This record gives sequence, structure tokens and C-alpha cells, in this order.
Amino acid sequence: MTDSRTDLAVADAPPPAPPADQGSGKPEPERIRVRSWSWSEAAELGGVALAALSLVWLVYEQLTGLSGGLGFFLCWFATFLIMYWIVQRQRHDKMAARDRLVTVMIGGLAAVIFAALAVIIGYVIFRGYSTLRLHFFTVDQRHVGPLSPATAGGGLAAIVGSLEQVGLALLISVPLGVGTAVFLSEVKGKLGRPVRIFVEAMNGIPSILAAIFIYQIWLIEAHNQVSGFAVAMALSISMMPTVARTCEVVLRLVPGGLREGSLALGGLEWRMVRNVVLPTARTGIITAIVLGITRVVGAAAPALIDGGESNTVNWNPFHGPQDDLPYFVYRLVREPIKAENLRAWTGAMVLVGIVLVLFIVARMFSGTWHPLGWGRGLIDRSRRSRSPLIETDATSNGGSS
Amino acid sequence: MTAPLLANDPTATPPAPVDRITVVVRRSFGDRVFHLSARAAGTLTLALMVLVFYFLLNASKTFFKVESFSKFMTDQAWVPDEANAGVGSLLFNTILVSFLGVIMAFPFALAAALYVSEYAPRRLRRSLTLLLDLLAAVPSIVFGIWGFFFLMPRQRHLSIWLSHELSFVPIFKVTDGQYADSPFIVGTVLALMIIPIAASVMREVFSQAPPVEREGALALGGTRWGMIRSVVLPFGRGGIIGGMMLALGRALGETIAVTMLVSVVFTRSTHILHQGSNTISALIALDWGEASPIARSALMAAGLVLFVITLLVNVVASMITSRTRSGSLTEI
Repeated sequence: MTDSRTDLAVADAPPPAPPADQGSGKPEPERIRVRSWSWSEAAELGGVALAALSLVWLVYEQLTGLSGGLGFFLCWFATFLIMYWIVQRQRHDKMAARDRLVTVMIGGLAAVIFAALAVIIGYVIFRGYSTLRLHFFTVDQRHVGPLSPATAGGGLAAIVGSLEQVGLALLISVPLGVGTAVFLSEVKGKLGRPVRIFVEAMNGIPSILAAIFIYQIWLIEAHNQVSGFAVAMALSISMMPTVARTCEVVLRLVPGGLREGSLALGGLEWRMVRNVVLPTARTGIITAIVLGITRVVGAAAPALIDGGESNTVNWNPFHGPQDDLPYFVYRLVREPIKAENLRAWTGAMVLVGIVLVLFIVARMFSGTWHPLGWGRGLIDRSRRSRSPLIETDATSNGGSS
Repeated sequence: MTAPLLANDPTATPPAPVDRITVVVRRSFGDRVFHLSARAAGTLTLALMVLVFYFLLNASKTFFKVESFSKFMTDQAWVPDEANAGVGSLLFNTILVSFLGVIMAFPFALAAALYVSEYAPRRLRRSLTLLLDLLAAVPSIVFGIWGFFFLMPRQRHLSIWLSHELSFVPIFKVTDGQYADSPFIVGTVLALMIIPIAASVMREVFSQAPPVEREGALALGGTRWGMIRSVVLPFGRGGIIGGMMLALGRALGETIAVTMLVSVVFTRSTHILHQGSNTISALIALDWGEASPIARSALMAAGLVLFVITLLVNVVASMITSRTRSGSLTEI
């Protein structure tokens, strides 16, 4: 596997390494390409697809009187696979035919799933776009009545709430998460293993359980009222393990030689962590934080339990009910009024937009997505293939030219 | 064998024992503070989990005073104000819906992960990886409203078709024509939601399969699928299982997307196309607002059951992922 266009194991082709061989007059043997598709194969594929389509149409629509697009598609895909297998068996042995069948099957399933997810995102944008006005970001729902048009009012209360709650959650969970990561990768100790297991386990705690926990401990036992801060605490329970886990992975990528160098120069441990480890992993830590944000920015359950509902802007997260964006969507979509539902779609679209922007920011820092070549840290060059965050390319360190 | 070829050859003469050297580390004040605070952060994580468990247990005690724990675990009804509530049907429905989602998600997640890591052209691979990770970050509420407004009216046709044509399969039987809000639809939305999550975990592990072994398989004349079956899949088994368990944990605890789609029932029925579905988290979200203190305590008790289940699933998932060969690679 040297290159994507020629990835194969060719037995009799000359290895690409010695360039002196080229131009020596000896005719190069024809390269066997494992993954190349010839026109006849493409025609085979198209022909089988068409044949399956015709057959299924005849049986499904005409003879048995079934209906429904999804059912039709499922039958078509199954028929297509069977017919493709038969056609391939005509020309190839069992192994080659199976290889081709699996290729088509995996490609087909992947295409279906990517298409379905694209439909989801596209549908949200399609429904939300028509009622998105610029004042969605600047006014709240103060003057919105049941008969107001869908473009009236906006989501300022929800946006302010989301920003403040996520900000507060960051203040709580970043020191804790990064601290836990430093503990797991730098300090270690007997507690290391249970802490790592619990961080993993906590990563999967449903946000609604975090919400009812905060309800019990903060609102019932400590006698507080619903507020944005209560929501932020619930969010930070979901956010902290994500930050800690991702951060730990990044810290482990810092080359040990750097640590040893720092200690060998007589540095103290905390100075090593502060001056060497954390700065080296800076971009990865930022990615971890942004991933933590994307994990919680769409959680509606904490606001549902701890936040109360408010259609007007509440700037103070410590007092009074405060809305946030996912809860805004959840609430309005359940209203029996069409205009409210349309506003919910707008809110959902804004939410998707926020996640998208955050994601691009995270990728820019993580160094895999660098349109201008920035954001490439020390880690990326040295141990790229070992980081789950950073895209791994098994072939890239295998000896590409 | 004439001479020991390997250092650990049993016939080799053992090396002379070295005297133990005791190294005493006397940490400076700054380092002691650093160790202490890092340990405190780690301990706090542990403590937080214990606290969540403790307070949920504490809160559900109010309800366990009026109804015994064993009755709560088996009772199918949910009338907490009359001390007649339990997770008998709730738990059944939660697990039914989650497993439906996971079963539907599995082939697609595996195919998507394999496609991105093995089949996609190099140029496309990078953007597809990005897309997969991005889709895993899409808020669940988006899947919820999409399922409610887009999927439900359309999937009805498929449900009707399945129940008419395959009515001899017991789980597809629907007699009274009620197809909306079925476990099938909730499961489908959950499946779509967890596919990117599971697929990105799997893809990650697949891409770590050693290139030497891949090349070896191809050089021996294996087809691409043969290489995947003999190298990539065995190598990534831990990632596949771990990814699916992670996805199962997400599905079990998913709140908002499910809340939008369920119509609450308290019966145990395996007719997945029939109206009526329920999960613990959806019930908490739906009932919380109007619940009396005793009913809230009962909801907390249900939440405690969910907490224990998701905890178990996640711990097992992380242990499987880290025990296998693919997980150990990340250790440096």
C-alpha cells in the first residue's frame, strides 16, 4: 500500500524505489490494479441496478400492489445484491465475486447512511431557513402572541441563556477535566485505574440524570430556585468527562523525551507540566474543550428540569429562570401553533450552525483541517498516527514515497 | 540448540542479582501542591459519581417507604401517588427501544466505518472522517424533531407494509391499525443518532490496524475483503464491540429525541410496529413538571435504575475496548 492510486501488491511490477530504472528502455509490465474499475464493470453495475429496478417495480408495484418508498428501496437493494452476485459469479471465482459483492454492499450501506444523515441536516436547514431573520439574534419573545407570524420575535433569550450556561459549565469543567487528565497522565498512582474507568463511565451518563441530580442537591437540599447556574452545573457533569478523556489522550502524545529533558535540566514536576507538557499539547487541549462544548450545547434536559422557562431575556444566570436554545426548540415544537413550530425549526437550525462553527474551530486547532497551514503543533508532526483525535492514516507511516 | 539465541531463553545463565537501590524522592513544596491538586481533581471525579448515586438513592427513599424495592422492580403500572409504580414495563420498553436502535444501527455503522477507513478514495477519506465526527456531534433534539415531522408520516407506510406482508412474524403483528409512535420509529431515530457515534469509534480502531499485516495479507494474494476479514476485523473487534456498547449507552439514556416521539404506555408488548413506546428518561422528562413530591421520588428511583444500567454498560464497554489488542496500542 504505497499510494491510493496504485494501492496493490503487485508481484512483478518494479518497486517504485529505484528511480534509475526508469527510462532504461525495458518495457514496464502492465500494472495490476486491485481497485480499479473498468468501463465494463461500471456497465455491469449499472445494468444490474437497472435490471433489479425493473424487476422490483414489476413485482412490487404491478403484481402485488405494495406501496411505500422505503419498502420499495429495501426490496430493490436486496434484489440488486442477489443479481450482482449472480452476474459476478459468471465471470469470477467465488473469492473475487465475494470481494466485489462486499464492496458494493459496504459502499451501498455507507451511501444510504450518509444520504440519510445529509437529509436530516438538509431538512432542518430547509425548514428553518425560511423563517430565519436577522432579528432572531437580537430580540426575545416578549411581544409574541399566539397570532403573531412565525418571523416575529426571536431567540435572544435562548441564545443568551445557552451562551451563559455553557460558559459557566466551561468554568467548572475545564479546570476539573484538565486536572483529571493531568492526574491520569502525569501524576498517576493507585487511584489512576478507578478514576479512568469512572471517567469513561461518567461519559455515558444521560444528561437527564445529571439534571435530576442537580435538582435534588441544589434545588431541594440546598433550597435554591431554578436558575441558569443550576443548568450549568448539570451541563458540566456531562462535559467534564469528555474534556478529561480527550485531554488525557492528547497529553499522552507529548513525547516522553520532552518530559525527561525538562526534569534532567533540574526542573520541578509542576514546572515541567506548566512549561513543557501543557504548552506542547495546547492545541489538543483546545480541541478537547471544544468537543466538550459540542457535547452539551444541544442538551435540553438540564434546562427542562433545572432552568425553568422564560420567554424574556434573563441576563443573570444566578437568579430567575433562564431559557436555552435546545429547550427553546423542545418547548416550541410541542406547541400546537404552526408559527411556534416554525420558530423551533429556526432555533434548531441556529443550533446546528453553532455546532458546525464550533466543530470547524476544533478542527482548525487540532491541526487536521488547516486551510492556511496553521494549527500544526509539535504533536502532529511527530506522532500523528497515534492520536484518536487527529486523523490517522495507517498508510501514511507505512512508507509512502 | 548450542547457544542461547534469545535473551529470555530458559537455558541462558541468569544475570547476576543486582542489589536493590532505594530511591528516596523528596518533593519540593510546589510539587507537593501540584500532586495534591491533580489528585484532588481525579478524586473529585470519583466522588462525583458516588455523589450522584448517593443522592439519587436518597431521593428515591421517600418512595421506597411506601412501596418495597422488590415490588418497584417488577410492578408494571405507573401510579406513584397510589404507591403503585414500578419499572417492570418501563425497563422492558427502554431496553426494547435501545436494542432495536442498536440492531438497526450495527450494519450501517460497520459499513460506514469500513467504507471510510478501507474503501473510500484517499482524497475523500479525510472529509468523510470529518463528516462522521461532525454528525456524531449533531444535537439529539435535531434528530427528535426530524423524526417527528419528517420520518413518522413516511415510515408509517413501511410499518403498514411490514405488518401486512410479514404478519406471520409475531413481532410485526398489528391488528388495530395504530402505527404512530411505535418502538420501531423511536428505534429508527435512535439508530440514526448512534450510527455516527459508533462508526467514528470503529473507524478510529480500523485505521490503527497495522499496515504491515494489511500488506502481508494482500501480498499473499488476498482480496480486499479477505484482507479486511483476516486483519482489520479481528484487529478491530474490541473497537466494534466497544463502539456498539457506547452507542447502546447513549441509546439507553437518550432523553429529548425519544421524548418527542413516544406515546407513553405501561404494558410489555413485543409488537414493535404497534403504537406505544416508553423509556425511563422520556418518562422523567414528560412527567417531571406536573409530578407531586412522591411521584418525583418515584421518578428518581427509576432514574437510579437507569443510572446503574448505563454505568454497567459503559464500564464494560471501556474495559472491552482497552483489553483488546487495538485498545492497547494507544498506551505509550
